[in-house]
Amino acid sequence: MLNNDSSHRVFSQIFRSPFRSVGICFLLIAFFLLPSVCSAQDTVFEKLPSTQEFLNVIFMRDYNTRIVLMGTTLFGLSAGVVGVFTLLRKRSLVGDVVSHSALPGIGIAFLVMEAIHPGGGKNLLGLLVGASVAGILGVTCTTLLKRVNRIKEDASLAIVRSVFFGLGIVLFTIIQGIPTGSASGLNHFIFGKAASMTSADVQFISIASAITIFICILLYKEMNLLCFDEEFASIRGWPVLFLDFLLMFMVVGVTIVGLQSVGLLLVVAMLITPAASARFWTNRLNRMLPISAFIGGFSAFTGVVLSALFPKLATGAIIVLVASFCFMMSLLLGRRGGVIVKMRSYFKLQKRIGRDDLLRAFYEVIEMDTGEASKDLFEKNLETNKVKIEQLLNRRSWSMKRVKRLLKSAVRNDLVINISENSYRLTADGIRHAQETVRNHRLWEIYLIRYAEFGSAHVDQLADQIEHVVDAEVLQELEKSLREDPTHLDIPQSPHPITHDY
Amino acid sequence: MNTKEKQIEKNRGVEAHPADSPVSIHDMTVAYHRKPVLWDIDYDAPAGELIAIIGPNGSGKTTLIKSALGLIPCLSGEVRFYGELYKNVRHRIAYVPQRGSVDWEFPVNALDVVCMGLYREIGWFLPVTKKYKQQAMEALDQVGMANFAKRQISQLSGGQQQRVFLARALAQNADLYIMDEPFTGVDAATERAIVDILRELRSQGKTALVVHHDLQTVTEYFDSVLLLNMRLVASGPTETTFSSENLRKTYGGKLALLDQVGERMKLAVPR
Repeated sequence: MLNNDSSHRVFSQIFRSPFRSVGICFLLIAFFLLPSVCSAQDTVFEKLPSTQEFLNVIFMRDYNTRIVLMGTTLFGLSAGVVGVFTLLRKRSLVGDVVSHSALPGIGIAFLVMEAIHPGGGKNLLGLLVGASVAGILGVTCTTLLKRVNRIKEDASLAIVRSVFFGLGIVLFTIIQGIPTGSASGLNHFIFGKAASMTSADVQFISIASAITIFICILLYKEMNLLCFDEEFASIRGWPVLFLDFLLMFMVVGVTIVGLQSVGLLLVVAMLITPAASARFWTNRLNRMLPISAFIGGFSAFTGVVLSALFPKLATGAIIVLVASFCFMMSLLLGRRGGVIVKMRSYFKLQKRIGRDDLLRAFYEVIEMDTGEASKDLFEKNLETNKVKIEQLLNRRSWSMKRVKRLLKSAVRNDLVINISENSYRLTADGIRHAQETVRNHRLWEIYLIRYAEFGSAHVDQLADQIEHVVDAEVLQELEKSLREDPTHLDIPQSPHPITHDY
Repeated sequence: MNTKEKQIEKNRGVEAHPADSPVSIHDMTVAYHRKPVLWDIDYDAPAGELIAIIGPNGSGKTTLIKSALGLIPCLSGEVRFYGELYKNVRHRIAYVPQRGSVDWEFPVNALDVVCMGLYREIGWFLPVTKKYKQQAMEALDQVGMANFAKRQISQLSGGQQQRVFLARALAQNADLYIMDEPFTGVDAATERAIVDILRELRSQGKTALVVHHDLQTVTEYFDSVLLLNMRLVASGPTETTFSSENLRKTYGGKLALLDQVGERMKLAVPR
């Protein structure tokens, strides 16, 4: 266990703060992701970017890069914020419906504008208005479909999404056939093309992002209540329908903004991934919002930088990949329910169980040796009696290897003392722990026999499973129900015979 | 029924609501997806008492309180609280929903949840200030949960979660408390805490309407009962109304025929 132990300590040192962990994420991206991408250099890139190029991008020296970086990062920020509420409202897929439904809207808007003013079909504002209207229409359709009892939410989302998207594709094919030839840029809405952003677009994105973030901050309390307990909100007189509509409006806003940078296929990832990642770092909504915004903004920024350095990589996809990478890191390293934290607490529990079992075995061996003698003698024996490894081995079904390992760890923690090669003695600390453990174990046994009517032959194993997982509060309840004086540390007799052979 | 008769019926309905009754339900019929689940309920709750709503599973206990509070629309009938429409006296009524109705993995702590009971008082846009947090802490203290204020709600036991919900209602300082199965799945300590609070509320002259499922504790905890099984079976003081005869009527035969009629009505009404 020694190695395992010290590695835990190293882990806990490294990941003590979330900031440090985020820093590690950065490093990992730098050391792990970049070289692996670069190894595909021959096929994807003509040449690696020089240091000068790298600095140019990072410090936004180039006007075009500046525009794209600003617009996309702002989108990432607002998607992170709105995404938190979408995720908590359990409406993750609404963003997907909005973005897919937007496609026919773009097509129709283009056709209408082309009909009014030939050649002017690619007016961005007009296209986005069309996209918004179609997006809202799509969401409305899902809500209406849900009203029909037979169709559940997942089905209605799938139906609407694909019907609208299919319609959009058909419209796009028709548009491609129109001889004016001005339809060439429309496809960018599907996969996104951040590089084509103009300063006017960034202005539009800034305004839309600012509005959504402002609404989220202003209505933080109301949205919180809506997401947590809709019924209570409604009973207290909050306009649930209006708040829900507002949330949907913000989702539509963010989605439309994101069409240009990541494209409609991937925009839902930017709504959900940062929020889902943030959940692994905090248990408080007020902290989840900035963390999610940061992850969203960071992913967008990094994605644009990477695709500026390696122009053949699609920006939208890179942004989403960076966000997904952040999610994986959060899942792994997150302090609230991350895999490593969970593993650590599992190992900790296993260690405690091993220690408790060992000390209880010590106690029981000495108890058997002393026999029916007086209490004073037994307490003296606890301090002085030597216990051999063989005796401990007989107490439970454990291997020699395990007993030795447990003894080693107990010696290190000053619970037992190694007297000669194969015999050990309890320390004062060890005696206290052993008494506590045995008492706890026997109280549970008595409880199980008295109230749950288990036979005395079964309770040993059952109590063994219970005693390690209960906290002080439950123990108090147990003592109360057994009418034991909690201050009195008397250890009851074992309700079943303790024998040498296990 | 012609218009004049309807008018008379309506007038009679208004008169039938005594102004001092905390809840007064008149001729209420409720349907889920057009299938009636509560038929023609008439009930006036006595003020200043602890009232239990009792009935078998699916008898419409939760539906009764939810439709009274306007969460489920009524097919017909009307409800008055202290002689007024619910929306006019909202501040006088506190509601404790079933514990299972929310996602306890939600990223808030116990104090945050209790503060939600005060959002209405705080009003639109404004943040939760210290004054309100203090108020919420007092409510948590009342249910013996002050030490758990900063605990994330998923790390609370079932009983503790129930107490947090109760504290959220207490923070509101209402006159009528409507609770949906507060005793379901809670530990002994929580049950005692809830009962103590209920008695404390009664001593302050407040009323509690509680959906209850444990028949053994009804006489000990409640002054008045409302026996429900798709229709109102009986209501009144516990000593007289909580009789074996009434219980047999409530729990005995399932109203199979009434249920069937409901199914038919569902089909008959065009969508």
